[in-house]
Amino acid sequence: MSAPTPERDRPWVFRTYSGHSSAKASNALYRSNLSKGQTGLSVAFDLPTQTGFDSDHALARGEVGKVGVPISHIDDMATLFDQIPLDRMNTSMTINATAAWLLSLYVANAERNGVDAAALQGTTQNDIIKEYLSRGTYVFPPEPSMRLIADMVSYTVDKIPKWNPINICSYHLQEAGATPTQEIAYAMANAIAVLDGVRDSGDVSPEVIPNVVGRISFFLNAGIRFVEEICKCRAMAEIWDEITGERYGVENPKLRRFRYGVQVNSLGLTEAQPENNVIRIVLEALGVTFSKKARCRALQLPAWNEALGLPRPWDQQWSLRIQQILAYETDLLEYPDLFDGSHVVEAKVEELKASAKEELERVLKMGGAVAAVESAYMKQQLVASNTRRLRAIENGEQTVVGVNAYTEAEPSPLTDEDEQSILVVDDSAERDQIEALRAFRAKRNDAEVQAALRELDDALASGRNVMPVSIRAAQAGVTTGEWSDTLRQRFGEYRAPTGVVEGRAAEASDGTAAVRERVQAIEAQLGRPLKLLVGKPGLDGHSNGAEQIAVKARDVGMEVVYEGIRLTPEEIAASARDEGVHVIGLSILSGSHGVLVIDVLEELRKVGCGDVPVVVGGIIPDDDAQKLRAAGVARVYTPKDFDLTRIMDEIVDVVADSRAAA
Amino acid sequence: MPPELVQRLRAGDRGAVAEALNLADDRRPAKRAEALALLDALDQDAPFPGAARVGVTGAPGAGKSTLLDALVRGLRRRDATVAVVAVDPSSQRTGGALLGDRIRMRSGAGDPGVFIRSMAARDRLGGLAESTWAAVSILAASFDHVFVETVGVGQSEGEIAALADSLLFVANPGGGDTLQFMKAGILELPDLFAVNKADVGPLAERTARELEGGLRLTERDPKDWAPPVELVSARDGTGIDALLDLLDTHREHALAAGQLAARRESGRRRFVVESLRRRFGSFGLERVGGVAGVEDQLNQSTDESAFAALARLTRTLEERLGGA
Repeated sequence: MSAPTPERDRPWVFRTYSGHSSAKASNALYRSNLSKGQTGLSVAFDLPTQTGFDSDHALARGEVGKVGVPISHIDDMATLFDQIPLDRMNTSMTINATAAWLLSLYVANAERNGVDAAALQGTTQNDIIKEYLSRGTYVFPPEPSMRLIADMVSYTVDKIPKWNPINICSYHLQEAGATPTQEIAYAMANAIAVLDGVRDSGDVSPEVIPNVVGRISFFLNAGIRFVEEICKCRAMAEIWDEITGERYGVENPKLRRFRYGVQVNSLGLTEAQPENNVIRIVLEALGVTFSKKARCRALQLPAWNEALGLPRPWDQQWSLRIQQILAYETDLLEYPDLFDGSHVVEAKVEELKASAKEELERVLKMGGAVAAVESAYMKQQLVASNTRRLRAIENGEQTVVGVNAYTEAEPSPLTDEDEQSILVVDDSAERDQIEALRAFRAKRNDAEVQAALRELDDALASGRNVMPVSIRAAQAGVTTGEWSDTLRQRFGEYRAPTGVVEGRAAEASDGTAAVRERVQAIEAQLGRPLKLLVGKPGLDGHSNGAEQIAVKARDVGMEVVYEGIRLTPEEIAASARDEGVHVIGLSILSGSHGVLVIDVLEELRKVGCGDVPVVVGGIIPDDDAQKLRAAGVARVYTPKDFDLTRIMDEIVDVVADSRAAA
Repeated sequence: MPPELVQRLRAGDRGAVAEALNLADDRRPAKRAEALALLDALDQDAPFPGAARVGVTGAPGAGKSTLLDALVRGLRRRDATVAVVAVDPSSQRTGGALLGDRIRMRSGAGDPGVFIRSMAARDRLGGLAESTWAAVSILAASFDHVFVETVGVGQSEGEIAALADSLLFVANPGGGDTLQFMKAGILELPDLFAVNKADVGPLAERTARELEGGLRLTERDPKDWAPPVELVSARDGTGIDALLDLLDTHREHALAAGQLAARRESGRRRFVVESLRRRFGSFGLERVGGVAGVEDQLNQSTDESAFAALARLTRTLEERLGGA
């Protein structure tokens, strides 16, 4: 056995993914987190900012400041980082479609404060492929989106050398149900798509390519099967070493290193007995810290109550303390790699590498990650994996403590007052943000703004790098919506394939067969097959739940109109009427259900469909669920409702009780 | 049948359109009779040729919906109103269906000049022809253009050709060579061919040449129309306007040559025969003279609408079979 190394290893960067309400409130939260020993920042932006809308846009209604901070212009950015030393802070921004813009605001604000861009350190997430596959905050089609990424990569390599311009995310693939094999293969395919794009753009001279490769970082997920997760991280490090050497000719081993940050799994966090999530989070953190060779560079842990709603400062502090105990109290950082020479780990790593390479090869044969997104191949694979995962939980093959096993529990002192165990964003945040935005617009120099936007458009048209003109636009006072609209005009908007249309129906389990019979029986009453509309109002793009509901409904014999994401209440109501559906299922995870569901009900009344029942699914606190039911919603489902068959059965009840069946 | 529904349809009331489509989809005997009466009333005062009816078929993944979206936008730019019936396959095992077309068709969002209705192909025992024919008749009363889109190659072409004035086939670049196209039997019916994703370049060009080669070797009827093969790209807008112009040209040609009326007539016969077969089976159909017998009757009563004829024959059969 090796003796402990004389020097403790340096710990990874501790972050907490946070931001809400306003730049001012988020800044206060950041400074308080840093004072508690957090060593880096991880900015959560709200959905309008992520999808390129100003706070007063129709689609932003109900979403402002909900799941992150609204940043509409340079003054918001200045407020967000007030009294935070930009030259010393390591800032990770979860931003994708509008990443070039938010980085421009960050740079413009740094320059305003006399900090040179070259001193900035941090990461822009910027992995658009996984947005198409899972997270849903894409805006533009794949081709121009990949161009934006290439522009950022070539710009930062030159001007912001300590910046990670892209974080290839396998995190969200796992959230969407990916197996470890798929997670590795698709992450590598995404990285190859980005690097090939930069290499073939001609913007970067060949001798700089190794540096570009060295700036590519990854963002991983770690689930509860922590032994497998350790092996996954090791496998990824080895495959990345091979790809960078063989495909891109990088000789310096330092530049071939697999650098990655982590947020551990939200997928496995339960709404039932939520205190158990703390234990899950600890074990998941082990998967990415245990093996020194494949240890993460930065870690952010979710909070124990994530499945209930937004975490409060105390909840986030608890997760930060987990990291500090792991790094500073245990002896983990005193040893070299604990798994070198383990036959068991080596065998598992080899197995994962082999299967991932095979899948990667398949994707590359199709023309790479972008082609596999456009053809819906990747998405279909993920939807199928997720369907299998949910079925295994539903039929008990996969144990989830407190959910499908060991469900008996004492009353929890942590959640006895539902109202107070999560953070509620005040609706006044949206009004205040809109007022401030209008005041900002009023005080700008319009001629400068228009000139900056024209310059931006010229750069888009001529193929020049988008970063310098965007930084100038940020300085001129251009807003997030204006910048994005200019790109929308040039590039158009994109609708990603859903992956739900193909795929075989499940073999009927007993429960499914019974529901299928009921669906057929009610057809006689309705005169035609039961027709369900599934859609997501607002800007939340997490479509995995909605997809699974749509697939399951098809499997029990319903005719399902799957509307996808980013819909206005008016669009949903119009579709419901035009399609003649018997029931509507809405999915919202961004916390904007209070506003959006009520809007949908109102619009339905306007188009004469007030009697079409509505069911809602999402992260919805009990109080809100009661309010929604009082407003006329037939059923409300939350993460604890894992039994999709039962949900289908209840949808049949809802239709049977409605006027359509009268 | 509520006469006010006919009036509301004529006035372009979208709620009425949806209501009429729900009614036409309803299998309950009383509702069926009501639906047939409504459809007959619509048929009575329907102008000829009325709305342009276009069928769109092609292999899965050829980008039909995206192309259709571009065509709809193009027609909206020309101030025409458009309705789309998007037919998706049903699961043979569960009877359920995922109707995903609205995802790729965003042009209708919030636009009163666009109406999209998704349908499931269901049992395919002639069901497609029956339900789509009724839906198209309703939509034709309120919109200038009605598109019917179906997945798949083969059987559905025949069904869609029967109810469309023009049949458009959408091919994927690299989707096959001359021989494969011929073997698949897709060269005989469509009036127009579009090779989508022209932006991929040479591969799309080659597919267009393969189709043209195959068409030269295919016996087609009528002989006075050589189907054009157009390169289009929903992505960058290539060929969209040209394709819309070609659709107009085909329709004018068919109208002048008298083919349009003949097509509508064969669609009418097919609708009645298939609807009867679906409801009463081959045995039932024989009781009213079989396919030939029914077609004869229809040929002799050309001013009776398909719907009135179906209602009449249904009553006859119900009496003969003792209320099947």
